[in-house]
Amino acid sequence: MSDIPKELKYTTSHEWVRTEDDGSLTVGITEHAQGLLGDMVFVELPEVGDDFEAEQDCAVVESVKAASDIYCPIEGQVVAVNEELEDSPEQINVNAYHEGWIFRIQPVNASHIDNLMGADEYAELVESESH
Amino acid sequence: MFIDLQQSEQFIMTNDTLKQASLKKTPLIKAHQNMGAKLVDFGGWNMPIHYGSQIDEHHYVRKQAGMFDVCHMTIVDLRGSEVVAYLAKLLANDVAKIADKPGKALYSCMLNNSGGVIDDLIIYSMESTWVWVVVNSATREKDIAWMRTQIGSMAVDLNERDDLAMIAVQGPDARKLAAQALGDEIAGAQELKPFNALLINAGAENERFVARTGYTGEDGYEIVCANDQAEAMWNQLADAGVKPCGLGARDTLRLEAGMNLYGNDMDENQSPLESGLSWTVDFNNEQRQFIGREALEKQKKQGLKYKFVGLILKGKGILRAHQKVMLEGAGDDTNEGELTSGSFSPTMQQAIGFARVPVETGDSCLVEIRKKQLAAQVVKLPFVRQGKILVN
Repeated sequence: MSDIPKELKYTTSHEWVRTEDDGSLTVGITEHAQGLLGDMVFVELPEVGDDFEAEQDCAVVESVKAASDIYCPIEGQVVAVNEELEDSPEQINVNAYHEGWIFRIQPVNASHIDNLMGADEYAELVESESH
Repeated sequence: MFIDLQQSEQFIMTNDTLKQASLKKTPLIKAHQNMGAKLVDFGGWNMPIHYGSQIDEHHYVRKQAGMFDVCHMTIVDLRGSEVVAYLAKLLANDVAKIADKPGKALYSCMLNNSGGVIDDLIIYSMESTWVWVVVNSATREKDIAWMRTQIGSMAVDLNERDDLAMIAVQGPDARKLAAQALGDEIAGAQELKPFNALLINAGAENERFVARTGYTGEDGYEIVCANDQAEAMWNQLADAGVKPCGLGARDTLRLEAGMNLYGNDMDENQSPLESGLSWTVDFNNEQRQFIGREALEKQKKQGLKYKFVGLILKGKGILRAHQKVMLEGAGDDTNEGELTSGSFSPTMQQAIGFARVPVETGDSCLVEIRKKQLAAQVVKLPFVRQGKILVN
């Protein structure tokens, strides 16, 4: 079983979401997802200031094997992107939950985060997709 | 995130345990599981895609030595007094180059009547009336059916050798480490020249077939033994320091080496002359009416529309099969090209690919990636051979 931190929220499309002290949300892909994709070689980041709806595609991660869209977990505006990934996309493989963060949004409505899954629910999803 | 692994069409992740159970397994499956392989559905076979990092495995083959389970490939045994005449008709390359030269190998396409590629294969001359043909696993059934049909009333016996396993050991240290690991088992292999092979202890229980061939652009062997001896051989090689490598690394290695992949770079609807395989089609002997010859001669007479080239993406991004290729400054009515294979080159640290492009294409073009047009350099293949980058 791959690492699924209790304090994070999750999407059915394998993004994790962390609420920061200032109310913004940091987004990345889960340990399970990076394991499926394998060695990351390219990340296309959104631009700061871009507005996205929930579930809208807003970034792309590419491993040697395949390209995958990243979806915005809830409606909001991009306030920061992890530019380090442009030169070191492998950070997602090394540490998906910290150095491998992809972008940060300011949500339009903070309560929307309640629509996302908790760690236990996400663990069940991963489990069900493996059987 | 939408995990679209089928985008790289050869590999399908199989987390589904039920589905995994129905997949065909090579004699090395236990060894793969013991070594932590990530297993995928590869054309109905449960095969390792990597054992941790396909990029590390790639570098290991370029710099030292790696090994691949290629037991899923099909060895077809052909014997009979008319084998040479049969192959002269069946194959686009001329079997006369290796007939009566036991130990010699030849790469060829097998074409249909319209000149499309049914499969690409390697043929090994065993004796004057006996050859082995190694074909791809995904095309196994249609290949065998076609080959049987073409035998007709000729004196040729065809047998699939399901009882045999094959391991590819590749890299600058591959031959040295294989000799260290296997010793007398592969006695005499050290003296093999490139694209030559040797049958050792023929007919005995410890029979080995060693060929100095491969699919990585590095030196090395492809070694054949009985299924029940394969796991021991794999473990001996691992103990000597040969690193297990998955199909992921195999794909980026062959891409850098400019080697075609059947189903991506050519298929039944594509001519070898527009797939970078003209060098394998032998028109020299005018008497030799191989299947597809007439269609290819007609195509040559009318003039080829496409050429097959290497592409290097100039900026950031990754090249992938099926991306569109456009000529710079060309009007809307100009022919477009298409990527047939593409990935990230671990050796060059850039995106590379193969493309079928209009013959008038110069030394640069545009590739459409997610609605953006990005500049790419057009180069002659291969990109990398024997650890060295050949393009700049």
